Amino acid sequence: MGQTLTQKIIARACGRETVTSGEIVTVAVDLLMGQDASGPRRWRPLLEELDAQLWDPSKVVIVSDHYVPAVDAQSAEILQISRRFARDYGVKNFFDMQGISHTIMPERGLLRPGMFVAGGDSHTPTAGAFGCYAAGFGATDTTAIAITGETWTTVPETIKVQIDGVLGPQITAKDVMLWLCREMGMENSFKSVEFMGSAVAAMSMSERLVMSNMAAELGAEAGIIAVDEVTIEALKATGGDWAGAEAWVADDDAHYCQTVTLDASTLVPQVAAPHAPENTDEVGQFADVKVDQCYIGACVGAKLEDLQMAASVLRGRRVSPDTRLLVAPATVRVTEQAAADGTLAALTAAGAILLPSGCGACAGMGAGIIAEGEVCLSTTNRNFQGRMGHKDAWVYLASPYTVAASAVTGRITDPRELLSERRDAA
Amino acid sequence: MIVEGRAWVFGDQINTDVLAPGYALKLPPKELAQHCLESIDPEFAKSVKPGDIVVGGANFGLGSSREQAAISLAALGVGAVLAKSFARIFYRNAINIGLPVVTIDLTDQVAPGDLLKLDLAAGTLTLMKDGQTRELQPMPAHIIDILAAGGLMAQLKRKLAAK
Repeated sequence: MGQTLTQKIIARACGRETVTSGEIVTVAVDLLMGQDASGPRRWRPLLEELDAQLWDPSKVVIVSDHYVPAVDAQSAEILQISRRFARDYGVKNFFDMQGISHTIMPERGLLRPGMFVAGGDSHTPTAGAFGCYAAGFGATDTTAIAITGETWTTVPETIKVQIDGVLGPQITAKDVMLWLCREMGMENSFKSVEFMGSAVAAMSMSERLVMSNMAAELGAEAGIIAVDEVTIEALKATGGDWAGAEAWVADDDAHYCQTVTLDASTLVPQVAAPHAPENTDEVGQFADVKVDQCYIGACVGAKLEDLQMAASVLRGRRVSPDTRLLVAPATVRVTEQAAADGTLAALTAAGAILLPSGCGACAGMGAGIIAEGEVCLSTTNRNFQGRMGHKDAWVYLASPYTVAASAVTGRITDPRELLSERRDAA
Repeated sequence: MIVEGRAWVFGDQINTDVLAPGYALKLPPKELAQHCLESIDPEFAKSVKPGDIVVGGANFGLGSSREQAAISLAALGVGAVLAKSFARIFYRNAINIGLPVVTIDLTDQVAPGDLLKLDLAAGTLTLMKDGQTRELQPMPAHIIDILAAGGLMAQLKRKLAAK
């Protein structure tokens, strides 16, 4: 019996040829990511108490992205803890207010296919787009990993998600994932998902990062895409290590516990209604929903391509006076690139308000929180009750195209309506 | 290890944003815990007593990796969480801080306030109102070891001391 890619990576990480789903193994972690909310702030007291050091500072990445930039003394202190930790424990890969960890790691070439990545954040599966097994862990687990370099895991069953066909204009990986949240539900716990098929092969790395990121919303521990030319080109472009990368694909006769299929050509823009990503329906079902705020941000929805999608809708248009559009680029490098290619100017000319890079309003921590009774349409990945601030606020999720189109009209809008309007004018 | 207390019954998909809201995460654990589940049951944090047991439906603890979701329950004195199923990160977090989590579907059988007795060593759960006892699914040995040590850090300390 062949191995899924999930099994192959875990087998390598525990020094075995093969593993069987359901068995409990101890793995060597290749890369540990800690962010400011749950990393150094929690690690340091225990490391000091145990008089322990990091098992290998070169395998540790620290990213301050949650409490950035500091808005009060408590946040400032949390950021200071990360800075001092990185200095005192010799962590070179420290990114202070440079953007969101899940976008930083691929952007800076830190991922290598086949890695077992443990991150102190639930969207760590994002790294699966590079053929890594990447999973989120809580602070006590990451502290133990920081000291020992090891953790235990139950080898998960793997779900195959096969997506063939061609996505239509202005239909994105985000729409695919929202559709999958409804189709598969959010309770795929203790399972890994592997995305494949011609529609996945055709996706850019930015779109693949969306797929793997939102495996978290499916409840899966990892969301993995096998290595191909797109992966290798992305590694070359970011200075990553691509030697031997092509080996990280599933065996043809691998066993999957379930197969989910989608014909991409049938998909229309999707919107998730409050208060769960699985409350998804076609965008047309929400045409009467007025939006107080449109938000383009987060690890899943504010990469350069996401901003370019929004800009393509907003060029020559204005944000409706009935709403507001906030844009928080995922990283400072995204901001630089979007400034260089005119994307930022297109957004601000339309009336968008730029915010700092970080987890921001998505995590209910940074700028862009909404008031009681307000409605926000967001490119983010999670809309649980209270997430963006008030418990009686309403968060809808959609693609950057849909959010940008809705910013123009002030209500939830199918971006293809504006596309045809532009065609009619031309 | 025996936990005995009143049941607090919740539905499916109790997520980390309601267990430990983002807007309260900067607070110290005991203060943060006062916000635990407030968006769906404002009485919970005020009235829960040490040893009480949280009973949930499917996918308990889904969402963020924030360990404060489990810490808040423990800080309020919750003795165990019994749910039809758990999200992976929450499940690990709870075990790691020594909060027993048991996979068992009780939402149809237990009413809020019912007295429950959980005996982890014997692997049984008793509904005190009718004396009915249910057998629990056995836990993997390494998870029992972590709970018996008082959590992952306590276990790690012991291992490092033994070296």
